[in-house]
Amino acid sequence: MSHTLTLTINGTVQEVTLDDPRVTLLDLLRERLYLTGTKKGCDRGQCGACTVLANGRRINACLALALSHDGAEITTIEGLARGDTLHPVQAAFIAHDGMQCGYCTPGQIMSAVGLIAEAQAGADPERIREGMSGNICRCAAYAGITKAVLAATETLSQEAKRA
Amino acid sequence: MKPFDYIRAESLDQALAEGGKPGTAYLAGGTNLLDLMKTGAARPERLVDITRLPGLDRWEWQDDGGLRIGAMVRNSDLAHDPDIAATFPAMAEALLSGASGQLRNAATTGGNVMQHTRCHFFADPASPCNRRAPGTGCAAQGGDRRGFAVLGGSDACIATHPSDLCVALAALDAVVEIAGPEGLRETPLADFHLLPGTRPEAHTQLAPGELIVAIRLPAAAAGFRHHARYLKLRDRTSFAFALVSAAAMLRIENGVIAEARLAFGGIAPRPWRSPLAEAALKGARPDAESFALAAEAALAGAAGHDAKIALAKRLAARALTHAAQGTPERVPALPGSVHRGETAHV
Repeated sequence: MSHTLTLTINGTVQEVTLDDPRVTLLDLLRERLYLTGTKKGCDRGQCGACTVLANGRRINACLALALSHDGAEITTIEGLARGDTLHPVQAAFIAHDGMQCGYCTPGQIMSAVGLIAEAQAGADPERIREGMSGNICRCAAYAGITKAVLAATETLSQEAKRA
Repeated sequence: MKPFDYIRAESLDQALAEGGKPGTAYLAGGTNLLDLMKTGAARPERLVDITRLPGLDRWEWQDDGGLRIGAMVRNSDLAHDPDIAATFPAMAEALLSGASGQLRNAATTGGNVMQHTRCHFFADPASPCNRRAPGTGCAAQGGDRRGFAVLGGSDACIATHPSDLCVALAALDAVVEIAGPEGLRETPLADFHLLPGTRPEAHTQLAPGELIVAIRLPAAAAGFRHHARYLKLRDRTSFAFALVSAAAMLRIENGVIAEARLAFGGIAPRPWRSPLAEAALKGARPDAESFALAAEAALAGAAGHDAKIALAKRLAARALTHAAQGTPERVPALPGSVHRGETAHV
């Protein structure tokens, strides 16, 4: 039996028909919609490379059935920048060297966007490290990642004050 | 992954009608079930998605001060609510000591209670495992027991229950509300998970088709808010399951312990409440001697791994010590860490 679901992906409404309910949100994004910015690392919820936002909350797309998220707003790494202007978290990862090989970076950035929105870590590096522990970096760029999240937290807080 | 039919339940009645059919599993956050389906350890033929069931995704404070938590409330929402964290601080700390930010956003209260052991042999269909495949044996017996039960296990199974939340819930006298074909019933959370005995596959009290709809915390559980900690020893200080964990809660009146609660994670097939330790603490002074005696009482009869048993005793005494010193103003930056208020590096 085929199932049809509707997702708003990076602001665009998309109707998708699945012939198999086993398709995860991750595989739907990568294999059917060709949004390959979201990475598949472990496929077991342990590495965080597949992190996306679902209705504004960071989740592991590999442990989410696409059908379970029918109707959701999904944001992937492709949906963060505004034209040529990078999202402040993206810019901070570049400025603070929060990566080496880059494979985990889309997940790191989406997780950081989610973490900052949760407003639990603030400017405490220990809380940021703890809050980012669901994202593994094999190159161990953790020092740069922590600095980037700290800087982006500050930038977004300034932007919020101006708005 | 084995193919399955997907059904999205729109009402509790529909969920119960569908859930009672053979080969059916309920799907909530999916963080444990989908993982097990990928390895082949879980092979349901039908999934009933219960995430849309009306009313289950919220909590309500009850008139007497208790809290009723809907089964679909996400772990992060429960842990981050300031009123809940202030009233049941050990529960918030337990929740935040587990998994990762992403997983806590997906995982539900009911799903946390229903999660399976993280025993490697259970997750690996190529290994014998009485819990997953009754009668095939237990691959964990005879090996290093560090990651296994030292209390409550049997010859058939020595797997531990992995939940942090459930340890706090057991200590808080939580009640599980269950819906089934016969209507609603409830049971203490501390009895909800079954000890393996000769039938480890039974896992919980739930009959086929039954569904957890809520977890209730009695008003009396709020009485421990000023002296409550959850401590967790693990191989990493974040995003790791407990080797040993302990929820310790005290009610101190006039310098004496009026009531104590102590429960463990990581050492038994279910969240392990210690009534003997609690009885030993009642009326005692909150000092090192009382806590050491309570820790001895809690681990009486434990067997299988001497170092782990010693570790559990020390952790219990430490958790009680931290609880006596007072609940931190906020869940610490490293939830469940024994390092209190210390920052390793910046």
